[in-house]
Amino acid sequence: MRWISNLWFRLRATFSPRRMERDMEEEMAFHMEMEMKKLVRDGVPPGRARREALRNFGDPLRQKERARDAWGIRWIQDLRSDTRQTFRSLRRNPGFASVTILTLSLGIGGTTAIFSVLNGILLKPLPYQDPDGLVALTHTMPGIDVPKAPLGPALFRTYREHARSLQAIGLWRALTRTVTELAEPERVEVMEVTGSLIDLLGISPFLGRGFTAEEEEPGSPRPVILSYGYWRSRFGGDPDVLERTIRVEGVESPIIGVLPPNVRIQDSDPSFLVPVRLDPDQGVGSWNFEGIARLAPGFSPSSASAELSALTPLACELYPGIALDELERRGFGTVATPLKAEVVGDTGKVLWVVFGTVALVLLLACTNVANLFLLKTDGLARDVALRRALGASRERLFRQNLTESLLLGVAGGLGGVALAWGGLRLLLRIAPPSLPRLVEVGLDAPTLLFSLGVTLAVGVVFGFLPELRRGGAPLVDSLNDGGRAGSTSRVRNRVRNLLAVVQVALALVLLAGSGLMIRTFLALREVPPGYERPAEVLTFRISIPGTEAPTADDAARAHQEILGRLAGLPGVTAVGAAYSVAMEGWEPVENVIVEEFPVTEGEPNPLRVLDWISPGYFHTLQTPLLAGRPFDWADAREHRHVAIVSETFAKGFWLTPQEAVGKRFRMDNADEWKEIVGVVGDIRSRGVTEEPPGVLYFPLVMEALWGPPGYVHTERDLRYTIRSARHRATDLLPEVRQAVREVNPRLPLSSVQTLDAIFAASISRTTFTLTMLGIAAGVALVLGVVGVYGVISYLVAQRRREMGIRLALGSTSGQVGAMVLRAGGRLALAGIVLGGLLAAALTRLLTTLLFGVSPLDPLTFAGVTASLLAVVLLASYLPARRAAGLNLTETLRGD
Amino acid sequence: MGTQKPDMIKGTLDMLILKILSLEPMHGWGISEQIQQISREALQVNQGSLYASLHKLTREGWIRSYWEVTENNRRARYYTLTRAGEKQLGLEAEHWDRLASAVARIMALS
Repeated sequence: MRWISNLWFRLRATFSPRRMERDMEEEMAFHMEMEMKKLVRDGVPPGRARREALRNFGDPLRQKERARDAWGIRWIQDLRSDTRQTFRSLRRNPGFASVTILTLSLGIGGTTAIFSVLNGILLKPLPYQDPDGLVALTHTMPGIDVPKAPLGPALFRTYREHARSLQAIGLWRALTRTVTELAEPERVEVMEVTGSLIDLLGISPFLGRGFTAEEEEPGSPRPVILSYGYWRSRFGGDPDVLERTIRVEGVESPIIGVLPPNVRIQDSDPSFLVPVRLDPDQGVGSWNFEGIARLAPGFSPSSASAELSALTPLACELYPGIALDELERRGFGTVATPLKAEVVGDTGKVLWVVFGTVALVLLLACTNVANLFLLKTDGLARDVALRRALGASRERLFRQNLTESLLLGVAGGLGGVALAWGGLRLLLRIAPPSLPRLVEVGLDAPTLLFSLGVTLAVGVVFGFLPELRRGGAPLVDSLNDGGRAGSTSRVRNRVRNLLAVVQVALALVLLAGSGLMIRTFLALREVPPGYERPAEVLTFRISIPGTEAPTADDAARAHQEILGRLAGLPGVTAVGAAYSVAMEGWEPVENVIVEEFPVTEGEPNPLRVLDWISPGYFHTLQTPLLAGRPFDWADAREHRHVAIVSETFAKGFWLTPQEAVGKRFRMDNADEWKEIVGVVGDIRSRGVTEEPPGVLYFPLVMEALWGPPGYVHTERDLRYTIRSARHRATDLLPEVRQAVREVNPRLPLSSVQTLDAIFAASISRTTFTLTMLGIAAGVALVLGVVGVYGVISYLVAQRRREMGIRLALGSTSGQVGAMVLRAGGRLALAGIVLGGLLAAALTRLLTTLLFGVSPLDPLTFAGVTASLLAVVLLASYLPARRAAGLNLTETLRGD
Repeated sequence: MGTQKPDMIKGTLDMLILKILSLEPMHGWGISEQIQQISREALQVNQGSLYASLHKLTREGWIRSYWEVTENNRRARYYTLTRAGEKQLGLEAEHWDRLASAVARIMALS
């Protein structure tokens, strides 16, 4: 119990010190009175008795001090008085305080915001049980220029039975499905998974159970496991949901489970899960699943990759499909990548660049604050020396400095966290959609710990700074030199100049970086994407399920009907649809054999991208038809063996697009020949920075490229494109929905976007980096200019007398002004040389983010150097003009 | 001030205060008077450090204080022993006994 009374006592002493003091005084006064009375009783005269009592007691002030020491709160009182004094001194100097706090807030806020992104995406472990043992499985076929391909089901079976390096293995793929009879018909993201995947990630269902092996066999109705969010939003969190069903693609499906909240499978967030159905007869040769596995103890990703790749011959034997020697020709292999690396991908690069940028800004902010502190220390040198002479201990003075810098640091830190909170919101809004794990980004404990660390480091460093500077200065000198230039201040000036040079240099680095990103951005805008005025094109997906249109022809007719209705809407100039519109990220690929150019055995045959399109598609995008004719609906209706090819494909075989028309190709030797009826301009479907692929476009309905002979295939899920010259394409949406509903009320529109937004998303990585670098460079420029201005102004103030004398000796005011300007110019030049070297070394890190510009682009470097020089000279011009305007007599009489 | 009185042995003041308070609650001046009287002026309490000691003992929870009016109608702060204080007094007394007899044995050597 002792510690309780102890604590209670200290709390009272801390929070009601006045009462404690009053009690103590009264107690001691009582003591003196009693002592005096006793002495008088003993016969001492009253006058002497008072003196004697006082002597017996000792100095009351000192006794009180000793009693207070016994309260055990001495340090709190000191802290309080230090803090009070700090507040007082900061109030006397509000400019210093506010500039310091603001500068630190900017620096700390920026780094905190970016660190939280970095932490959420790169540093945090994945939210699964024992995530370090998880790997993603992919194939690689360098022989045909495919660095990375999805996992094949036949290989999955082989690994499941025979791989020793894997403890468990699961498959998944993302799909979209139409759900009806729940509310409005809707198209939702779902995921096909094996039951093993749920187990190996360590996910235990919130309600119900996972998938069993039988449910992965073809035949029985496919059960569904709802995500927590979908269960809450569509089933109102119904606890009896396991007795209900859900209609998916028109098929009644039993609900067997609900996932726990916040489950994401490799960064996607499906509405529900359905079991994977593997065709038992499917051989090696199709690659269409994502694989996730848990390594067996003792295996690393690379040793597992080696073992899995060695199982390829066995897979070919067990599940015949593509011949083993064909796989060998492709350089076929299997790669196990740590799951986190797979999820994060190459975003790390951008994030580290941005983080480095912001860290530079923090550094800049700190040099500025350091400069302010130095100025202040110099201003206070006499004051401090006086206090030391009066007996303040060096330790106490140091503690006061530390209190002050910590207080400023904490204020800056608080401002920084507030700024980070706001900045993060902005950041997440402009962040590229390709950034993974964004849901895990926030101001969480590690982030706050980070900013606390930065804050304390800043506070402590600046607390020590005056100590270091003051270090050698002897007491008497400081008192004598009257605060004017002494021997030590030359050293100090040098430090200040150095800081200003560093600031200019850092500003140049950041300006060069953002200059390069601006050039990249402009270069990207220059690249023709293959379509015109994308802001006018509204796009969305519609899928026609088998329950609405049983045959391929029915489905195509349904699409045709909808397209016809949309074309009639007022203001619409063209409509079309395609399996995959530019830059959506999916592309089915296949080898082709061109009639005139037989493929010789063993020679690489590049994969071509396939797409299925409606008539009017190219007209809608305004992609030019270079030769031949576009499709008409008869091509699809009659299953004609025709194709339109892209310019890149045509140029690979013939000199002009015209020559390609009428030529024939096929997919393999058993296939029908397909005639090229048209050639269209290239569309940069892989993003503007990538070369356009060779593309083969087919009508919506055709004899299947894969599958049994005579089987007719159509793509039921199409992206519609509608061009309208109206002000904003999205204004059309209500009329579009109405038109679709009139054709068939059970068809939901999904993933509504303008073509422009798809384009913007494809260059969002550049825009994001550019924005971040731009903001950083702007802040850096301001801080750098403030730094130079401060140093030059100080120089002018310090050398007023000297300048006055020069003026008196006949220098013109122009000469004096020029002298100041030269000092500024020297700083700027030194900073620019240093910054140029730094920038040349650092912009190399940007190389992968740049496009159409070299990291040492002379134009950019010249431009930013010139503008920085101009700004710095301007910053020193103002003090120079002040120097030139000095009044002679006033200056000399001044001090 | 006349004869040199021996200094209070370090750390014994706390024990003496506890002892005096174990007899009856007392104010600061009373405690110093009692110590001097009982020791027949052999022990001189440094009156100032008395209060540092009293505040420290209060903080430790061995004594507590309250305000009361004296016989002479003066308000004074009285200190009284707590249960923890009694236990502490026992410990210190025992310790003192051991120390004192050890010193006495050595001094008794002829």
